[in-house]
Amino acid sequence: MQTITQNIQVIPLNYYLYFCTALFCIGVIGVLIKRNALVILMSIELMINSINLLLAAFSAYSNDPSGQIFVFFIMVVAAAEVAIGLAIIVVIFRSTNSLDIDVLNKLRW
Amino acid sequence: MIFTKYIFYFLSTLAIYGAIMVLMSRKPIHSLLYLTLTFFAIAGLYILLNAQFLAVVHIIVYAGAIMVLFLFTVMLLNLNKEERSPKQGWVKILAVLTGGMLMIVLAGIFRSYDLTVAVDPSSTQIGLVKNLGKVLYNEYLLPFELASILFLTAMVGAVLLAKKEQILHNLNTDKTEKYG
Repeated sequence: MQTITQNIQVIPLNYYLYFCTALFCIGVIGVLIKRNALVILMSIELMINSINLLLAAFSAYSNDPSGQIFVFFIMVVAAAEVAIGLAIIVVIFRSTNSLDIDVLNKLRW
Repeated sequence: MIFTKYIFYFLSTLAIYGAIMVLMSRKPIHSLLYLTLTFFAIAGLYILLNAQFLAVVHIIVYAGAIMVLFLFTVMLLNLNKEERSPKQGWVKILAVLTGGMLMIVLAGIFRSYDLTVAVDPSSTQIGLVKNLGKVLYNEYLLPFELASILFLTAMVGAVLLAKKEQILHNLNTDKTEKYG
């Protein structure tokens, strides 16, 4: 691992910034266009991942380990969120027999 | 080395391809597998940042635990049906326009900043387990312990939600046995 990373040339921080922005926007589009609640949860995971990567990039480029600890905590919260979200999806599927989020409009008005 | 940039280009292209295919595929299980591809590409980017601990944790948590959780939900509930009624065309166009405009605005903001790189991440040691462990168990000990409580709560909540009817049913039968 050490020998791999020693050869690494500095990549501009801007590249990470643009890449994470693109990934985040793909996640936003996914939440907007998809109807399946499962795929919406996946798009939220995409957004969380892009934020994690950007935080780790800034932490690595400014030599501050706190950012990477924060990424670790975000992963903890994301894992808990997925467990609860999937349990909710299972309950929704049992009661309405579909995963279409447009069916769940009882609380809308 | 010159090819470091090409590794970055390759991994980021792979991640964005996977993310787009998550949205393009019709079956949830195909979306899930493309999401795993994106997760692995992002783990590679963590290694490129010399954040080795995060790379390993990312693979274990995302490609291991979360992917298996999604997979079990899809397979056990037999949810792997194609989307019956996709949203109308104009909704999709508007959503893509909104996302694209968000990206343009964010990229415009970031372009006006001149980000000077303070250090070369490959020469520092902060991403290694030793350093992160020292920081985690000294400065961030209390949040670390609180995270375990959060996990316990999430676990109990997930079990309670997924088994709700049966537990409620048992409670009701207990009551009728006692008082009935």
